[in-house]
Formats: sequence, structure tokens, C-alpha cells
Amino acid sequence: MDNLQIAIPEIFLLSATCAVLIIGLFVKPKSNTVYWLSQATLVVTLIMSFAQIGDETVTGMSGAYTIDSLSATLKTWILVVAIGIFLYSRDYVGERKIQRHEYFVLCLFAVAGMMIMVSATHMLTIYLGLELLALSQYALVALHRDNSRAAEAAMKYFVLGALASGMLLYGMSMIYGATGSLDLHVIADILAGTSSETLSAERTIGARFGLTFLIVGIAFKLGAVPFHMWVPDVYEGAPTSVTMFISTAPKIAAFAMLIRLLVGGLETLSADWQQMLAIMAALSMVVGNLIAIAQTNIKRMLAYSTISHVGFLLMGIVGVTNDGYSAAMFYAITYAFTTLAAFGVLLAISREGHEADTLEDLAGLGKRNAFLATIMSVSMISLAGVPPLVGFYAKLSVLQAAVGAGFAWLAIVGVIMSVVGAFYYLRVIKFMFFDEPTDAVDIEIAGDVTAGLAVNGLAVVALGIAPGFIMAACIAAFA
Amino acid sequence: MSFPILSLTIWLPIIAGIVIIVAGNEKSRKLAMGASVLTFLVSLPLYFGFDASTAAMQFTENVAWLPSFDINYALGVDGISMPLIVLTTIINVIVVISAWEVIKDRPAVYLGAFSIMTGLMIGVFSAMDAILFYVFFEATLIPMFLIIGIWGGPKRVYATVKFFLYTFLGSVMMLIALIYMYREGGSFAVLDLHNLILNEQQQFWIFLAFLAAFAVKIPMWPVHTWLPDAHVEAPTAGSAVLAAIMLKMGGYGFLRFSLPVAPDASAGMDTFMIVISLVAVVYIGFVALAQRDMKKLIAYSSISHMGFVTLGIFIAFQLIAKGDMAGVALGIEGAIIQMISHGFISAAMFLCVGVMYDRIHSREIADYGGVINTMPIFAAFMVFFAMANAGLPGTSGFVGEFMVILASFKANFWIAFLAALTLILGAAYTLWMVKRVIMGPIGNDKVAALTDINRREFWMLGLLAFFVLLIGVYPNMIGHVMHASVENLVQHISTAKY
Repeated sequence: MDNLQIAIPEIFLLSATCAVLIIGLFVKPKSNTVYWLSQATLVVTLIMSFAQIGDETVTGMSGAYTIDSLSATLKTWILVVAIGIFLYSRDYVGERKIQRHEYFVLCLFAVAGMMIMVSATHMLTIYLGLELLALSQYALVALHRDNSRAAEAAMKYFVLGALASGMLLYGMSMIYGATGSLDLHVIADILAGTSSETLSAERTIGARFGLTFLIVGIAFKLGAVPFHMWVPDVYEGAPTSVTMFISTAPKIAAFAMLIRLLVGGLETLSADWQQMLAIMAALSMVVGNLIAIAQTNIKRMLAYSTISHVGFLLMGIVGVTNDGYSAAMFYAITYAFTTLAAFGVLLAISREGHEADTLEDLAGLGKRNAFLATIMSVSMISLAGVPPLVGFYAKLSVLQAAVGAGFAWLAIVGVIMSVVGAFYYLRVIKFMFFDEPTDAVDIEIAGDVTAGLAVNGLAVVALGIAPGFIMAACIAAFA
Repeated sequence: MSFPILSLTIWLPIIAGIVIIVAGNEKSRKLAMGASVLTFLVSLPLYFGFDASTAAMQFTENVAWLPSFDINYALGVDGISMPLIVLTTIINVIVVISAWEVIKDRPAVYLGAFSIMTGLMIGVFSAMDAILFYVFFEATLIPMFLIIGIWGGPKRVYATVKFFLYTFLGSVMMLIALIYMYREGGSFAVLDLHNLILNEQQQFWIFLAFLAAFAVKIPMWPVHTWLPDAHVEAPTAGSAVLAAIMLKMGGYGFLRFSLPVAPDASAGMDTFMIVISLVAVVYIGFVALAQRDMKKLIAYSSISHMGFVTLGIFIAFQLIAKGDMAGVALGIEGAIIQMISHGFISAAMFLCVGVMYDRIHSREIADYGGVINTMPIFAAFMVFFAMANAGLPGTSGFVGEFMVILASFKANFWIAFLAALTLILGAAYTLWMVKRVIMGPIGNDKVAALTDINRREFWMLGLLAFFVLLIGVYPNMIGHVMHASVENLVQHISTAKY
């Protein structure tokens, strides 16, 4: 029983999700009952996860599952972001031929998958969580089944995602072959030489070989160059609410997976993965930012922007220092809720038969709805890394980690690329404020969505002025 | 801790700006007027309560802001930054007057953006923590980006994006340098950075990083190309603030960061810096001569005048090598007075062009001629400011240039000779413009239909004329507050760091 206690939030979430799934069969398709039940589930899970912050580290289920301040903090933020996602997508999903009950239930399953990834300290649990998340996402992308682009995106996503999972599994099996364990604590001990077992030189090479495949798998899931090809197509093809989902909370979970595998399990091999991550970070920042300039579809642009931000996130980790890990964690969290605000605005201005997915659709938004335009601008300026918004501190902290670890060249690549990035973020503002509207239809937003966007936008500003407490939480996670 | 007067001068206009935007277009003008005058009044104790006998930071505030990063909310002013703060609050009042009837499209956002920018610029001049400085330095880009982009001329989008990206690229390099120094010394406090021991190579790269940030801002030749675009497209008040204050952030940055943090690298690079300053003074002066657009002409004239600022700063190292410490202080004080004076004169010139533009909607010199016949009062102001721009003795334009030329003479005759050429060039392009625009017979029907300036415009220009004369006649009113700080700076940069 003691073992199960550490997974109480996840157990509750899964049980409640199953209940919501069944209740969904008995309510009218148009009703919002499932939405409210899903939100209630998330809120209760959020409270449970939040209560775990500050608890002592507990590992249970034969080493497969761990709660520590890292997992509690990340879970809390995943849930906060998920609540925002549900709120913003409610009306969007309702207006379209998307099965809304299934939509929310699939999202809940994906959230459960993410929470499992965050706490997993065993390769099998990591895989379990990852696949729960990935399978839900494939289905979500395909949910708009009458849309051929969505179907194409889902197909691409599924094939490439399955390939990545295969890579990851192959790497895990190699490491299992070398160390004889799938438990990351045990693997860490064996590699570090602190366990009774020691590794022969050949076996260490085997572990390194496995590490390479692991990194390929992780890079695929994160969308780092050169494993980023799926990102733009999926972002563009998926319904906007699903794009919002894919681009926000799962990045936090993927960060956790990276930390659990590379830092928790294989930190002894850091000299090997450090170089790989540094190259991927540089490539992601360069490719992501440069190609984003050429995009006219805003979802595609945000896809390349995500790729570049993954590069920044990796920059925090290459230093192999606790400061760097907490910087990357701060980056992942703030990136998620800043992007959330941008997608929230896109969803608010989309309506049935007229998706807002090109830059032209934003033209003159400042005149049509100054509130939405302001929220979007705040989000864009923050993503560009201009103070005093929160994105600046995220960049500052990863740059500091990189410079401190002797990766000054990477930091310089990063800042130059952030100037390139500023160009396309500013272009969004240009369309909204400097151009005349091309569309005169009034934008209607529900009151609670307005409130949600206001809080979200305000958080980006307020955390820019006082980012201290999230930063402190991120530092505590690696103390 | 005493009353946080610096925080008040920073946050009052920022909060007022938000209130103005929220309150809406109807009330925005009166609110903005009240806020700007109040900010000016609040900034007065900084001048009158200033202790000119010490080089130490005054009105200091220090609160931990991001303890996990060792970043503090640290403020303070010395004799170098204090006059710039007062300049900022004065220009803010003038901006509000200039926008009163002219801005019809979303005036609340316009005035609010200027008010917020004022607070941010004061923050730049009073930040005593490097990251806090960076935050303010960068944050000023956002309101300016919007001001040029929304209320600018036909090519505004190109101009504003160029402005933003140029300055952003420069300053991110500075950010890397700041992070690097934190790694070396463990502190972001500006005064700690001054005393950080750095070897020759470290100083060289840090100097270059700062140069990237500040040279773009000033702007120095050859990274000046954003300025004419931005100035021409910006609304009148935008040009005025850009020239009067934002450019000064570059000059201030040299004095606050480049010189004290990397004195040996600054000394090593002095010839290079003097040469590009002279290029700005002479070559850009000739470029100004060829302009047909009045705003462009004044923009180039700004670059040329700011060349004097960098010349005055970097001539110091030639004089240190000669052991002439009095000359060093002369050059640096000249540079600072030149910054303040240029703040008033360039703002006045841009506002003069704005007055004419509001009536005829043209900035082309060729579209005017004989304005004196229909607008005699305005013509008097315009001629006066043109004279000041050309460096007429008795106006503030003369003092700074004269001090810098004098310091240059002590260092090298030919440097001084080239610098002094600007007195001729400046007179040439400014007065030639005045001749073509103001003097002569009435050029066309539009000029014939002009009405002279109203009371609002009279006050706006009169206020500026007052300050130009005041500094011209009694320069010591700025001079006396900065002696101690400049002495201290000279002392600091004349001793090697390693």
C-alpha cells in the first residue's frame, strides 16, 4: 500500500478519466458536462501534485517510480498548462466536427502519460508514460477526421513517432545488455563504479552505443534538429487546439524524460552526450530560427520557433551542472505557458470555416480586438527574449549556464539567433498593429476564456518583473 | 533608507503610462500632461539635492531582486547620469505638448507609450546593477518600436524593424559580456564590475561586446544606417525622443561601462575610436549637406554631433598618455555637455520640422521657401535653433564642441583640425537649409497660406530655447555637478587594471 501512495495523483487521474469516458456516453454531444468534469479532474490532480512539493524524495514500486521536488514541480506546471489548454480549446472544439468528449478524454490520458514520464525512474515506466502520451496525441491529431491535412499529419506523426519509439527501445535494450538493469538508479551506480558490479571496457562501449540511440529517441520527441522533420507538418496539419496541446505541456514532460535518462541514469557518460547535445542545440537554434523567417503560416512559424526554443533548452543541459538543469527547467516551464497564450489568441480568433492560421489572418487585430492583440504581443516579445518579459530570464539563465560551463561559442550562436528570431516575432506584431484589418467580423470570446487569457498574459509580464519564485522552485529541484 | 526618489521617477511615468492607456483617448492628454509635469517636479530634487562634492553614488537604493542570480534592484546616480535624468523628464513634458492636437489616431496609446518609455530611460540612467541596466536598456525598444510602427510615415515598418533588430543585435553581445564578467567576479553590481581585474585579452573582447551595443545606439559610423530611416519615419515626438535621449544611452554606456570596466582595452583602441568618430564628424557632415529631406538632414547632423561625444571620450586616452589630466577631464566633460545640449537642440530641430510638417505635410526642403514671410515668430525660433546646431557661442551647442576641440588640441593638432571642420560644415548644412526653407521670397501657394505658430507651439519651442540659452550662457550649472564624478572616472581609467 505504501508503494501505491506515491502515485496517488496519477491513480486518481486515470480513474477519473475512465469515469469521464463512461459518463461521456450518457450525456448529449453538445453539452459541456465532460468539459467541466475534465477540468474538475485536473484541478483535483493539481492540488494533489502541488501538495507533494517540498516532500522528501520517495522511490517506490521497485525503483520504477519516484516523487521528488523535480517531479512535483513539473507535474504542477503540466497540470496548470493543461487547465489552460482545456479552457482555450473548449469553444474551438465545440464549433467543429470534432468529437469533443473524446477530445477531452484523450487529452486527460495524455496528461496522465506526461505525469508518469515525469516520475519514472525505470526505463520501462518511462516508455509506458511516453507511449500513453504519444498514442493519445496521434489520435488527437487525427480527431478532425474529415480534414485531409489532419489525417496526413496524423499519419506522418504516427510513422515517425513509432520510429523514434523504436530507436528509444533499441537504445534501452543496449543499455540493459551492458548493465543488466533497466532501473536508472542501478544503472547510474554501475556506471559510476559505486556498485559491486563493475563494467568491462567492452560493456561501457555497449552502453555508449545505447546512449546514442536514446539521444536520437529523445531528440525526436523534443523536435531537435536533425530529428525535427515531423514538427512543422504536424503543427500545421493538426487542428489548432491540438497543436497547442502538442507544443506546450509535452515539452515539459520531454524535458523530464531527458533529465531522468541522461542525468538520473547516465550522468557518468556526460562527456559523450554533452557533445551531441551541444551540436543539436546549435543546429536547432540556427535551423529553427532561419527557416521560421520564411513561413507565412503562423502554426508552421511557431513550429520552427519551438525547434529553436528546444535548442535553447538543450543549451542549459550541455553544461552538465545543476545550475544548467534548473535553467533548462525554467526555460521549459516558461516556454510552455508563453506559447499557451499565443495559441489561446489564435484559437479565440478562429471560427468555423475560417481558421486563423496565416499571418494575414492577424492583420489589424490591434484594431479589431486590442485585448487579444496585446496578449499575443506580450507572448511574442517574451518568446523573442526581450526584457522585461519572462522569456528574457529564461534565456539569461540558460546563457549563463552555457557560459559558465565553457560553452561561450554556443551562447554566442544563441544570442545571434535570438536576434534572427526577434524578426519573425516582431512581424506578428507588425501584422497586428501596423496593418489594417482585412476581416471585419466581430470576435466573440467567452468571459472565462477572456479571464484565462488575461491571467496568462499577466503571468508572462508579472513573472518577467519578479521571476524569483519559479526560479527558486527550479533550483530546489536540483539542489 | 531614505525616500526612494529614483524609484519614484522611474515608476511614476510607467504606472501613469498604463493608466493613460486604460483611461482612454478622452482624458489621455490631461492625464499625460499631469504625469509628465509631476515626473519633472519629482526629478528636481535630484538636481537640487545633489551633493557635487563627491563622486560616490547618491540617492542609492538596493533591494535583492533575483537572489538566485545575485541580481539586485540597485539604483543610484552620480554627476554623469543625473543631468541625463533631468533632461529626460524635461523632454517628456515637451513631448506631451507636441502631441497635444497633432496625434489623432489613438492618442492614449501614443502618450502612454511615451510616458512608459520615459520611466524606462530614467531606469537606464540610474541602474547600478548590470542586468537591471540591460533590462531597462532593452525594454525601451518595445515602446519605440510601436511608436514608429504605428504612427510613423510610409516606410515605417521597414524603419522600425531595422531599428529594433540593429539595436537588439548590439545589446545581446553586451549581455554575453555581462554574464561572462559575472562568472569571473561573482557580481552584477556596476561598481564591482569597475573593479574587476581582467587581463588584456578579456578586456579586449568585453570592450568589443560593449562597443557593439553602444556604437549602434549612439550611432557611430558605420553602424549608423538605422538612424536616418528611423528618424524620417518616426512621428515628430518619436524623432525628438530618439535623438534627445535614446542616443545618449550609448554615450552614457561608454562612460559607465566601456571605459571603467575595460580601461586598458579602451586605451588600446583609442586611435580606432577617434578615427571612426572623426569619420562621423566629417564624412557624415558632408552627407548631411547633400540631403533634401529636412528630417534626414537633422538625423545626419545628429550622427555628426554624437561623433563629438565619442571623440571627447576617447581623446582622453591620448591625453593620459601625455599626462595631461586636466585635458582628460575637459574632453569628457565636453562630451557630457555636448550630450545634454544635443538633447535640447536636436529635439528642437525635429519639433521645428514637425511644426511645418503638420501644416504642409512635406519634409522636402524644395517644398518650402520664404516661410519667414508667413511665420515670422516660428522663423525666429528656427533660425535660433539652427544657429545653436551650428555651434554659435552663447548657445549650448558651442560649449560642448568647444571643450572637445580644446581637449583635442592638447592631444594632437590634426585631430583638432578635423574636428573643428565641423563648425564650418555644421554651419554650412544647417544654415543652407534655413536659407532655403525660411529665407527668400515665398516659394509656393502652400507656404503663402501658412499660419504662424499657436500658443502651444510657442511654449514648446520657447521652453527648449530657454534651456539652450541657459546652458550656453551658464554651462557650469551642469559642469559643477559632474566635476567630482569625472575626476573620479579619470582617476580610474588612468590606472591600468593588470
